[in-house]
Amino acid sequence: MRHGLLVRVTHWVMTLAFLALLVSGLEIVLSHPRFYWGEVGNVNTAPLFKIPVPASRNLVPTGYGYVLPDQNGWSRYLHFQSAWVFVLTGLLYVGAGLLAGHFRRNLVPAAEEVAPKRLAGKIWESVRLRRPGAGEAWSYNALQRMTYLVVIFVLAPLIVWTGLAMSPAFVSAVPSAVNILGGQQSARTLHFAVTLVLMGFLLVHVSMVALAGFWSRMRAMITGRAAEPLERV
Amino acid sequence: MRKISRRALIASGVGVAAGATGLAVAAKLAARYGLVPPDAGGVYGPGETLTYAAQRVLTRHSMAREFSRSQISEKPFANEVAPLGEEFAGLQKGGFTEWRLAVDGMVATPASFSVAEIQRFPQRSHITMIQCEEGWSYIGEWIGAPLAHLLEVVGAQPQARYVVYRSFQKAWWESMDMADALHPQTLITYGMNGGDLPMGFGGPLRMRVARQLGYKSIKYLTRVTLTDDIKKFGKGLGSAEPEAGYSWYAGI
Repeated sequence: MRHGLLVRVTHWVMTLAFLALLVSGLEIVLSHPRFYWGEVGNVNTAPLFKIPVPASRNLVPTGYGYVLPDQNGWSRYLHFQSAWVFVLTGLLYVGAGLLAGHFRRNLVPAAEEVAPKRLAGKIWESVRLRRPGAGEAWSYNALQRMTYLVVIFVLAPLIVWTGLAMSPAFVSAVPSAVNILGGQQSARTLHFAVTLVLMGFLLVHVSMVALAGFWSRMRAMITGRAAEPLERV
Repeated sequence: MRKISRRALIASGVGVAAGATGLAVAAKLAARYGLVPPDAGGVYGPGETLTYAAQRVLTRHSMAREFSRSQISEKPFANEVAPLGEEFAGLQKGGFTEWRLAVDGMVATPASFSVAEIQRFPQRSHITMIQCEEGWSYIGEWIGAPLAHLLEVVGAQPQARYVVYRSFQKAWWESMDMADALHPQTLITYGMNGGDLPMGFGGPLRMRVARQLGYKSIKYLTRVTLTDDIKKFGKGLGSAEPEAGYSWYAGI
């Protein structure tokens, strides 16, 4: 078994939730494609940065001569529903993974593998887009392991935290959630920044899957079985 | 093909049964304790119910963050308002002395109040952030009378579960549950940043719901109605917002 049932099911459920969050989130951003630092920000205050896209609201100065249709209603409904799916499925994955020793066994790299020289070699291999050898059909290399651990234990909690820090009701109960981040607009800006990093991960992840053999890796993540090692040097 | 062991089969069977029972119990409890929002039907109902129920439990007694006077935004922003017509212009010309706020529904004594009468109620102010669902925000000082006091004056019946409130702009009507209606930061505001509430920001009277997004704080408040059956209003989704595709609960 390359991937256990729980890993496979949670992987695909969270993939769907993540894509829904991405689409709806970018749609929500279109209503105000300006970002600020601190507690407050609006069109009367200087932005930290703007993204050069047209807006779905006519009062936002974007430099474009037209306004996109307002899609915020369903985007917001979908965003928060997908967030629940993402969080609950993520908790199930992490909880079951801790109990089953999934992280220790499959994701925490061996000490000798994270030695600077070994790691530098792995990074160089990845940059050169070297096709992984047959041995790697069954386990992840140190670079992959560390990337997955960062996504699971740093980026995913950060995206949820920065999202919750924007909620007026949630921060009324847990004010430190937003105060630590430097304010509600800072939370919004950080939420966007973490989204960009996660989009970068998605891009690299899918590219690496394609490099390793798209269909064999897809089959492994869907059926759980790894393909016979393919060596076409 | 791997053989599925009996133990795994029993374990997953028990898991599925426990999950289904848990969901059914949760749904029953949520309905019983008023944790299901009026717009819970439809494809986004589960997410809305989870959000509303979780936040209602979490924020039962919480207060919206208040800020210092120095944090008040120098240039607050307000979305443009559609022309309000001649009737509003006439009321404005008269200094809003003829403006009335009607209170009816499940109350002992339906009544209507002038702005001056509202101003004679005990005053409360708070410096809080107003956040638009679009993403922008500002901090302002809001001055007004607690809605809870108004409800006390008219004798709100204990069976009432929602407060429906309406704007001079007929298209805007909203509602909130009693947790927000009785919340000390929920104000019928008539002042902002030390002065009168400017028309652009909702003057003469604006409902201010501090723990929800800006669209719950409707401008030009004209009527407050108490009810135990929110389904009787509009399309039964709780307010004009869900009818336009936006969620009724805006605490997120």
